[in-house]
Formats: sequence, C-alpha cells, structure tokens
Amino acid sequence: MAVAIKINGNTHSVDVDDDTPLLWVLRDVLGMTGTKFGCGMALCGACTVQIDGVATRSCITTVDSLGESEVTTIEAIGSTPAGAKIQKAWLEHEVPQCGYCQSGQIMSASALLAANPNPTDADIDDAMSGNICRCGTYVRIRAAIKLAAQSAGNGG
Amino acid sequence: MTIDHALTERGSRQSLLPANLSRRSFLKASAAIGGGLVLSLHLPSSRNTARASEAAGFEPNAIIRIDGNGEVFLTMPYVEMGQGTYTAIPMLIAEELEVSLDKVHLEHAPPNEQFYANPLLGVQATGNSNAMRGAWKPMREAGATARMMLVAAAAKEWSVDPGTCRAQGGEVIHDETGKRLTYGALVGAAANMPVQKDVALKSADSFTLIGKPIKRLDTPTKVNGTAIYGIDVRPPGVKIATLAQSPVFGGRVKSLDDAAALAVKGVRQVVRLDDAVAVVADHMGAAKKGMEALQIEWDDGQHASLATEDIARELDKATMSPGAVAQNIGDVDKAMGSAVTRVEASYQLPFLAHAPMEPMNCTVHFRKDECEIWIGNQAIARVQAMAAQAAGLPQEKVIVHNHLIGGGFGRRLEADGAVRAVEIAKQVDSPVKVVWTREEDIQHDLYRPYWFDRLSAGLDDKGRPIAWKNRFAGSSVIARWLPPGFKDGLDPDSTEGAIDLVYDLPNFHVEYVRAEPPAIPTGFWRSVGPSHNVFVTESFVDELAAAAKQDPVAYRRALLDKSPRAKAVLDLAAEKAGWGSTLPEGSGRGVSLQFVFGSYMAQVAEVEVAKDGTVQLRRVVCAMDCGTPVNPNTIEAQIQSGIIFGATAALYGEITLKNGRVEQTNFDSYQMLRINEAPAIEVHIMASTEPPGGMGETGTSAIVPAIANAIYAATGTRLRKMPANPGLLKRA
Repeated sequence: MAVAIKINGNTHSVDVDDDTPLLWVLRDVLGMTGTKFGCGMALCGACTVQIDGVATRSCITTVDSLGESEVTTIEAIGSTPAGAKIQKAWLEHEVPQCGYCQSGQIMSASALLAANPNPTDADIDDAMSGNICRCGTYVRIRAAIKLAAQSAGNGG
Repeated sequence: MTIDHALTERGSRQSLLPANLSRRSFLKASAAIGGGLVLSLHLPSSRNTARASEAAGFEPNAIIRIDGNGEVFLTMPYVEMGQGTYTAIPMLIAEELEVSLDKVHLEHAPPNEQFYANPLLGVQATGNSNAMRGAWKPMREAGATARMMLVAAAAKEWSVDPGTCRAQGGEVIHDETGKRLTYGALVGAAANMPVQKDVALKSADSFTLIGKPIKRLDTPTKVNGTAIYGIDVRPPGVKIATLAQSPVFGGRVKSLDDAAALAVKGVRQVVRLDDAVAVVADHMGAAKKGMEALQIEWDDGQHASLATEDIARELDKATMSPGAVAQNIGDVDKAMGSAVTRVEASYQLPFLAHAPMEPMNCTVHFRKDECEIWIGNQAIARVQAMAAQAAGLPQEKVIVHNHLIGGGFGRRLEADGAVRAVEIAKQVDSPVKVVWTREEDIQHDLYRPYWFDRLSAGLDDKGRPIAWKNRFAGSSVIARWLPPGFKDGLDPDSTEGAIDLVYDLPNFHVEYVRAEPPAIPTGFWRSVGPSHNVFVTESFVDELAAAAKQDPVAYRRALLDKSPRAKAVLDLAAEKAGWGSTLPEGSGRGVSLQFVFGSYMAQVAEVEVAKDGTVQLRRVVCAMDCGTPVNPNTIEAQIQSGIIFGATAALYGEITLKNGRVEQTNFDSYQMLRINEAPAIEVHIMASTEPPGGMGETGTSAIVPAIANAIYAATGTRLRKMPANPGLLKRA
C-alpha cells in the first residue's frame, strides 16, 4: 500500500510497509541523503527532521504516524527564517568538523530558535543534548546558537 | 627536483616505517590535455608507467594542475574527516604559488601507494596526526616550483630577467614595465620550462595565508545537507544490505532459516557467509526488518567464554616477564637502590570502540571481471589491495571512489568493511550498499587495545625522581597493520608518550611486552599510543609529586630545564587556568604535559565530583606549541574536539567482553559526552616558526590524565583504571 507523505512542501507517494521509519524513506527511497543515520534508536539525533516544526527523530518515526503532518528536512530548512539564521551562524563559527551529525544539529537548533528566540544556556542544553557530536563541536554549537539568537532578536 | 620523502624534521621516531623503506619521488612538469600545466610525482623506477601515461595524454600522478583559466586543481592524497586538512594543505600550495584560496579546487587522490604515500607513514593513509607534518615541506616546494616555472615563462615572453619578475594573486608581474600576465595565459609556455632544481621557499614573515585563521573550504556543504559521505552514495540500481556477524569473535554460522526474512516487503535476498549473514533489500528499513526475522544459529567457536577479566589477568602476568627495551638511560636499578622513597603503581586502560557518527558502510558493484567500490576511508590504497584479494581480482580491476568521512578516529584506517562488503556483493547482481547498524558497528570494531602498565620510581631526599621504571603490556596495532614497522619487539606507536619524555630523568628504563588478546581485534584509536602512555606517565608524575608533597605544576616544572618549549606551555596553561587559586569543596584541578605527534601541550582540567561520585568536567585550559600554526582556526577546533573525545573516554569509555561477546551495543550502553556535559574550553596557541607538529590527536591524549589528576585533587582518590568509576568516588 502506498503511503502519502508531505515533505518540504511536496507530497510523495511511497510504497513501503506502514511501519517503515521515515529515515529510510527519505534516504533510500526518495534519495534525500542530507538526513543521516546514526543509531536507529533515537539516542544520537543524527536523523533529526522537523514535523510541523518540532524536532523529531526520523529513525523511530514510522511513515503511518505522519498523516497530514508537514515534514521539513535539512534540504529545505534554509528557507525558514530560523533555519537560515542557524545555517549562517554555523558558517560564521565554522561549527562542522566531519559534519556528519550537523544536519541533525541544525534541525534541532532551528526548532529551538523558532520556538524560543532567546534561549538560555539551560534551554540550549535541553534542546541539544539529544544530538551527539563525536567530533566534539559543542563549544561552537553553543556559540553559533547564541549568535543566531542575537540576529533573531534584532528582528532579522 | 628531488623531494626527500625520507626526511623528517625531528628525526625518524615519528615515522612508522624504517627509513630504508621510505621512497623518494621527484616532480615532473608536463602539458595538460587542452592546455595547462601539470606537476606530477614520479619515481625513478616507474619510467614505463610514466611513458605509457604520457602517450595517453594523462597524468595519473598529478598533484597540481593549472588550467587555461588560471584555476588550480590539487590532488589530495590526504583525507578530510573533519580535521581541516582540505583547507590547511591547499594553504601550503597557495602560499607558495601566490594564488588566492578561492582559485584552488580539490580532487581526491586515487589509490596509489607509490605516489601518494604519506612520507611519515610510508603508505597512503591519513592518520597519526601527520598530514601536515608530512606535507609541510614537499607541498610548499611543489607550489614554489610551479610558481618559478610560470615566472620563467613570463620572463621569456617579455625577454627580461626572471629575477626582475614577481608572482602575486595568480599573475606574474614585471614592475619596471608594468607588464602582467595571468597564470592562465602562461600555463602552456610554463609547461615547457625546465623544472628548477632548487626552489627558495618563502620566509615566515612573508606568509600571507599560513598562520591566518582561514575558513574551511568544505563547510558550506556540511550545513545544507549536500555533502556526500560514503553512506550517501546511490549508484543506479543500488540495493541496501545490513548484516549480522558472529557475536563471538571467530564464530561461524551454524544454521540459517531465512523464510520469514524473505517474506518481508522490500527484502530481495539473504546472503550467507561463513561467519556473517546479510539481508539485501530495497531500503534499510526493509533490510533491518528482514534481519530481525532471520533465524540464525551460531557456532560460537573457541572463544565462547572469553571475558575482559581474562585478558586483564593475562596482561598483568605479561608485565612480570622482561619485554623489549624501548629506552634506557643511566642505571635505573642502582639509582633505585639509593632512593629515599619508592613509589609503585599499576594502571589499566580499557578496550575502546571508535563509534564514529557515520556507521561503517561500503558500497560495492561486483561485476564479472571488475569491482567498483564507494567508501569513505583513511587508507584508500589498503582498501583497494584488500578488496582485490577478497574479490579474487587483480588490483587494477578494483576501482575505488573515496568520499568524505563521517568520523574516522582510526576506525577508517581499516579495510575490514570493504572486504566484508565485497564478500556480500559477490553474491548480489546489482550494486549493494552494506550498512552496519550501530550495534554491529560497536560490537565489531577493531578496538583500542587494553593496556596494563607497571611502574616504579625512586625519589631522592628532595623528592626528585632519580629512577623511573615502566613495563607495559598490550597489543601492537602496527605489527598487524604495518608489519615492517614492528621490529625487535617494538614499534614507534606503542611506545610514543612512554619514552623520550620532556622531563629530565637521569635513570630511566622502559620496556614493552607485546601481548595480543585472544580473538578480539585491535586498531588505531585517536591519539593511538599516546592515548595510553600519556595517561600513565602523567598520572605517575602526579603520584610522585604527591609522594614528594609538592605542587604538581611546580614538581613538573623543576624537571624541565632541558625542555624550554615544554616549560613554556606548562607555565602558560597554569597561568591562564589560575592554578593555585581556591576552588569549592568537591572540585579540583589537574594538570598534564606531553610532547607527542611533534607538538608540546599542557592542559589544566577542572572537575567537580558530586557526592554520588559522578564527575562533571567544568573547564579545560590548553596551551599548545605546535610549531608554525598553519591554520589557527582549525587548530583550535581540533583541540576542542580532541578534548571532548578524550573526556568521553575518561568518563565513560569502556568496551567489555562477556561470553566472548562485546557487551555494549549502542549509545545507551556506550555513552558519549553530550553538550550539557561539555566543559568550557580555552585554547592558547604559542607563536612559533618551527616546522608544524601534529594536532589532530594531541588534545585527546592530554585530557585523560588531566581529568584523573583533577579527580585526585578533588577527592584524594587516584584513578589507576579508566574510565572513572563513580562508585570509587562516592563521599559520605
């Protein structure tokens, strides 16, 4: 049975089992490889996408749970105001190293900024502690979120 | 021009191969197809290859190509895995070639040990923190050679003395007449100029790129999801496979029932190997579901009862017998006899998995008489050679495409994944991408060796160490990975950080006992030998300071009169950390000092130990002298990175075996430091014009003892077995 999914403003029909995690539909069926596989158990955040603006681990989100929800991935986050600011701050602070986890980091950080334009350190800890970075870019992630928040605060 | 690849700036200790196995290559210039200048590497013994490639108008060994538009293309023998080498190495060439970095484009080098071997490793690999150390001289010389040929071409065109011309911004300029020509206009003529024998390199005070914090060239694609890692490749018709390997090392598949797996929607095939099973499907979701439906019975083989304790006991025993002498200074036994105080301690370090964020994966299209491979790997020539063996094909029939690496840390110096993927692909008609689950990745790694160390020291009446003795036992990774590098019972990796200490120790004796654990494979892990030795050495120095009732920084400092660079980083780290100032109850500072990978580093860690024994790393201050800091921006990033990587190991890292199986499976049981636990990190880089040292791994080896020493300062409990065990640190 085909399942219809709304991703980045387009509706895709995919013929997979209902309980297939969204991650594999994105990567292997639709070829949207910006969303990464890290653990398969929602422990590392590499697969983070936004579902109706909420940061969500796509590795445990089955396609039949999506319904009419809008999925946003790293490929389109730059067209949201918060996503564009986060990406710009990421470039400014040179956050990525190997870069593999950064799609997930950016998806989590963009959701945080959209919901909370002036996050405190504790807010950053809460929103970002589900995203592991094995290269240890945490110092720069924190600095970049604060930079993006400053530009957000200026009405940018 | 001859590039002497056997030369290292600081002696042969940093080379993993004996000098006589290193190779000499030379630069050759030629015209590129469609016009352009190519500088390529050639070996004296490869004239036939060179002639054949010239006939075809193709330069397979190119390192620099400048096209008719003045765009510069570099073939990168090193692999980008987050350390910034794709920016720092081009900086060397651009500096000497006098072009801006935006004119420089990178291409991955094909596998070729002859031409793209790292001079310090002797093989084509990116590891051991030596890309910059190996490239520093040859890459600048290549850039300077190309520049001089372009200048010579322009001078000839204008009939002027080349000495009156200069290169700047991708142009050759003749100031007297105001004439200028772009590199693009000159490449055709430059290709016919003789290659200069001796090139003058720029002096440090005229550098315009080296030493500046340059933004990395690979960052933009890493923030918008377009960067392609090995796991992202999608050759037409590719299927996705996942695998289960024998949970016990050395076990075999006894029986397999795949009926239920084949009934899963999207599953195409089940591949049975001797010691593994793979499910091939349209997508990873189906492959994983198929894997869960498989009924596999394993024959566990002879290691079915192996436990970590057995290995530790064997290593402990191994330290009771003499090993190979790694370094001897003075007469340690005699000095020990005259010591006023004797200190003894033994230390243990656990097996560690790498757990890069990109799980192991490899894509293979096995065709009748050739094999195509897509992978992200630190040692691409090794992949080609071992894959060819697994495929039963000659090496030249194996095409390897290298990609960005989603975390290497030594894991991707290995070709086991490519071999496994070839074994599976041989039974699959289409291209197949084999993706390890996180559980397979952690349970089938090549682990940082378990180490057991036994130390003793004798102090004189002032508490100064007059005798230092260390005998340690563990696996030699080099002996397996690069057999010629293991000689007379020693290899340079296993002993780095245990010998050639910065301290003035008049009677010093270190022995290494190679002891391989049964079944469990070992591999390089970020900061390799020093990840073990620096922990042991710097913990023991701290113990000596405590026995002498002296301040750990002052105690070290008194032993550094012959190591001014070490003393300078120690002083700087102590000053910036506010060493000696009061901390709250339950908190403590610890220091470490090292000279490894050609760089000096001191760290001060500040920890807070809660009543329940949990440790919070609050702050780390790091001072480093890495010689000429080529790109301070990436150096700072690498130190931050190394500190988080090492702190993760110090606080959580441990792979244990029970019943022959690795007990850890995923990030719940093999824990990682997260952003809420990350310390504030201050990095201080010393100015220097010395040749660059390595910096991709130094942060990792230095932080582990700094944390252990800080925990001692906070609690009075000395950690001699890592990781930190909160049970030992509980307070009433």
